[in-house]
Amino acid sequence: MPENTAPDGATSIGAPHIEFRDVVKRFGDNTVLNDLNFTVAKGERVTLIGPSGSGKTTILRLVMTLEELTGGYIHVGGAPLQYEDQGGKRVRVSDKTRRRTTTQIGMVFQHFNLFPNMTVLENITEAPIHVMGLSKAEAISKAEGLLEKVGMSDKRDFNPSQLSGGQQQRVAIARALAMDPEILLLDEVTSALDPELVGEVLAVLKDIAAETDISMLIVTHEMQFARDVSDRVMMFDQGSIVEEGSPEKIFSDPGHQRTRDFLHAVL
Amino acid sequence: MDGVIGFFEQLGPNIEILGARMPQILEGVQVTVLAAAFGGLLALVISFVFGIAQTVKLGAVRIIARIFVEFFRGTSLVVQLFWLAFVLPQLPYPFGWQLAPLAIGVLALGLNYGAYGAEVVRGSIGSVPKGQYEALSALSLSPVRGMFRVIIPQAWALMIPSLSNLWIQLLKGSAIVSTVLLYDLYFRVEQVRDQTGTWFAFLFALVAYYLVAWVIVIIMNALEVRAKHKIGRGPALSDSLGTLLRPPGGKNVARGAMV
Ligand SMILES: Nc1ncnc2c1ncn2[C@@H]1O[C@H](COP(=O)(O)OP(=O)(O)OP(=O)(O)O)[C@@H](O)[C@H]1O
Ligand SMILES: [Mg+2]
Repeated sequence: MPENTAPDGATSIGAPHIEFRDVVKRFGDNTVLNDLNFTVAKGERVTLIGPSGSGKTTILRLVMTLEELTGGYIHVGGAPLQYEDQGGKRVRVSDKTRRRTTTQIGMVFQHFNLFPNMTVLENITEAPIHVMGLSKAEAISKAEGLLEKVGMSDKRDFNPSQLSGGQQQRVAIARALAMDPEILLLDEVTSALDPELVGEVLAVLKDIAAETDISMLIVTHEMQFARDVSDRVMMFDQGSIVEEGSPEKIFSDPGHQRTRDFLHAVL
Repeated sequence: MDGVIGFFEQLGPNIEILGARMPQILEGVQVTVLAAAFGGLLALVISFVFGIAQTVKLGAVRIIARIFVEFFRGTSLVVQLFWLAFVLPQLPYPFGWQLAPLAIGVLALGLNYGAYGAEVVRGSIGSVPKGQYEALSALSLSPVRGMFRVIIPQAWALMIPSLSNLWIQLLKGSAIVSTVLLYDLYFRVEQVRDQTGTWFAFLFALVAYYLVAWVIVIIMNALEVRAKHKIGRGPALSDSLGTLLRPPGGKNVARGAMV
């Protein structure tokens, strides 16, 4: 894995990798996140749990810049992501700069979102060639390595529609990794899968967690997986953090009734 | 009823007249096919340019495209045709062009149906699932690259049935170009009408236009099957040749065969 070098060199050692500062997100008059503050350290794996509608997906989408912040700031590797504070004024970061920052961030979606008009291999090589500037040969050999890692080498020339959900999701993981992300966002990546396909995807993710130092922000209902890979679990309700702690603490000895109720309902 | 009875009484001689006039009629078919082909091609280009222009981020581009589309959809094809044929030549140099009748026909058909096609293209681009745009964004692919490499190939498969309908409408609408001295199929049918009577002449016209429409349908069905196959929906073109021949107005091939 590459060292954490933001393109503008803004990364400072010890600074949080992701920082939410007084984040507000509203959809119309529905306030989803209200003054949210938290950080994710470099290489840390943080799992977000909480009831439906508590804002978990919204948090990930804000980091990926798929949603616009209503208020506050998000910093990635020390650099402002969507807005920056310029002498007390909240200034929008340009699309170009945003894109430069988000190049370090990968996301895997619940519904895979592979490009159906491209083969498995093309799905993986498209961004490395056209965003990172790799040569076609470099991109292909990299993609082949990743396909091997996710156990999909024999499917490189298939169309996504010819694959099972679990296989598609493994390709989507390889596609995200092909950009050498320093941050990986996983939003319920197994909830669209048939139960018998969940294991193969989680196994791949566990390997990646073990072999790399990518920071991860994970939303999942697979509590055993959360326990296995997370350094920290944050329990959300109505857009704010109810409690956080090590997975052992949260899953075995939660401090709040709302966490106990939630875990009772999902386990 | 005279017409109907006359139709049968005169059937033999009428067919003979038609046979004698065949060279001119075939010339007419040729002109109609040219107008429909080049008009269709121009309409396709305009559809894409103005359809895509309506989806770009830059507001000014969107507004200009919108105005163009509204103008050509909102004003009559006949009036547009007359402008090109009779008003344009009177404009001062260097605008005062006297275009050839076929060019006038192609331009008017292309502009008018292209404006409708632009709406089809815009709509299909909007129908590509949101997740595709989000994946592009998550991979930091540029909007332009994403549009041409990912969104358009998927939108293309969605828009072909509507474009196919528009093209057939354009073919039928092309009968109007005879009013600017273009000797198309309709003009030639009008010519034989004097000798054969209304029933026979227009029945022949129905059949002739229907056959040309059928060719369009076959082409578009083939394109649709191919486009759907490319996005992983449905069989390869070589496996679906049998279904291509369905006549115009029939159930759409690719949709029927695939779901
Ligand atoms: N695009 C949107 N427009 C309007 N409201 C939205 C939008 N996206 C999310 N919301 C609202 O924001 C709130 C939080 O949604 P979010 O998807 O973040 O919840 P979640 O914690 O991921 O829930 P789940 O476990 O069901 O996925 C919900 O009330 C939802 O209705
Ligand atoms: Mg969610």
